[in-house]
Amino acid sequence: MEKETTAVEIKNLWVKINGRSILEDVNLKIKEKDFLGIIGPNGGGKTTLLKVIAGLIKPYRGEIRVMGEDRIRPGYIGYVPQYAYFDYEFPITVEEVVLSGRLKHKKGRRFSAADYRIAHDKLKQVEMYSFRKRQIGELSGGERQRVLVARALAVEPKILLLDEPTASADKGFVADFYELLCELNREMTIILVSHDITAVSRYVKTLACMNRTLYYNEDKILTYELMEKVYPCPVDLIAHGIPHRVLMPHEGVVGER
Amino acid sequence: MMDFLQYDFARQAMLAGVLVSIACGVVGTYVVVKRIVFISGSMAHIAYGGIGLGYFLGINPIWGAFAFTALSAWGIGFINYRAGQKEDTIIGIMWAASMALGIILIQMSAGYTADLMSYLFGNILTVPREDLIFTGVLDIIILLVVYCFFEEFRAVAFDEEFARTVGVNTEKIYLLLLFLIAMTVVVMIRAVGVILVIALLTIPPTIAAQYTSSISRMMLISVLLGSIFTVGGLWLSFYLDLASGATMVLLAVAGFFISLALRGIKNRRLMVVEERNNFYENG
Repeated sequence: MEKETTAVEIKNLWVKINGRSILEDVNLKIKEKDFLGIIGPNGGGKTTLLKVIAGLIKPYRGEIRVMGEDRIRPGYIGYVPQYAYFDYEFPITVEEVVLSGRLKHKKGRRFSAADYRIAHDKLKQVEMYSFRKRQIGELSGGERQRVLVARALAVEPKILLLDEPTASADKGFVADFYELLCELNREMTIILVSHDITAVSRYVKTLACMNRTLYYNEDKILTYELMEKVYPCPVDLIAHGIPHRVLMPHEGVVGER
Repeated sequence: MMDFLQYDFARQAMLAGVLVSIACGVVGTYVVVKRIVFISGSMAHIAYGGIGLGYFLGINPIWGAFAFTALSAWGIGFINYRAGQKEDTIIGIMWAASMALGIILIQMSAGYTADLMSYLFGNILTVPREDLIFTGVLDIIILLVVYCFFEEFRAVAFDEEFARTVGVNTEKIYLLLLFLIAMTVVVMIRAVGVILVIALLTIPPTIAAQYTSSISRMMLISVLLGSIFTVGGLWLSFYLDLASGATMVLLAVAGFFISLALRGIKNRRLMVVEERNNFYENG
């Protein structure tokens, strides 16, 4: 009999950066193959939470377990960072970007034929294979985003983390992109951070609200009606970043990076 | 050119120029793509403290420079992961402190001030044979390290955080890169001097980047361009009786503007072709 496993479990997590708390007492339990959307105002700590799960930021206090292990093991996580912060003049091709997802598996100096095959497979999956020799700067916003997803998939992760993946992409791209994520969700857990609640709510299985701390109820499947009950904050209010009395007031803007 | 080449010191200086170009083409490519020009510049100036110490102790100042830049590489690497946002301020303080220390130390070991200028602005014609061998050895070390960690360097330069999530020890790779910059800076000081290091480290890769989107080709073009600028600058300075380091740098700057102009012409021609195609297509 197959036991239902937990992909990510977070208990009483606190994160402080330069003495200021960014995350306060976050608790979260994500089942395997879940598709969790985390919404909330800018500066609410969404990116920080993803980085903690990716092992990039050490918690100040609290516990985090990924795939049942208390050590975050590289290879479990496929991280798709926020699109805007790259140098797109960097001399690197699409293929080279995706291959970097294989760095952990690389033995010796160069990537193996198997690494190339996996990178090519992932590029085909996101429909970017024919672009593989292009320099990353020659692509459109949506195309770059798909390359970053292919790079994360090349890790062959159990959990895919996406940070505002549709922030600077055109509208036509967004629907296709979420279709791709739903398809990927059959094989892996997905955690997606966004402030675009309307796009997110249509595709995710569960939803959480984040503003310093996390408002989350794991058993709820999202509908607009349910969401208004569980998170008694009207959708538009969150989307525009206006604090509601249920959420903690956000004094000043906390840097998300 | 021929009568210039008949001098032993001239041939040696040319060799020095090419050897330096290898180090600065390869390492400069990383400096440019990872945008750590400020850090590299600070390391060049921090070396001045070591030069002062070398004079003071009566040893080859290059060894002093080497010790100081290696230490600063370690210090900058440490600051990068521990100090948060204050990184550039702390590096700026190290920069100023080390230069001041160098000046005081040189002052305290009187009698060497004539040679002082050669470390600030370089004098490739007086590079001793011992330093040439030192440069050659460092070139080999740099090439070997880059050969072995090529993929890691590229991944860390492009997206350090992602590299970390797949298990690359990015702190180690970054520190290794800083040490390579330290070595390069030391070998360049003799040729172009502390103040001009940045020019030869960044101009050839910046030109190369306009013509290729591959790091290895960028390195190759940078080494070739660096050799042209150093050897050409040396030759020009010999006939025009100018300071060699400054002439090399100005030649490199001229090269940079020429390549910009050529690129502008090429782009305009492409636009004309495109317009013409549009014209035919539309009617």
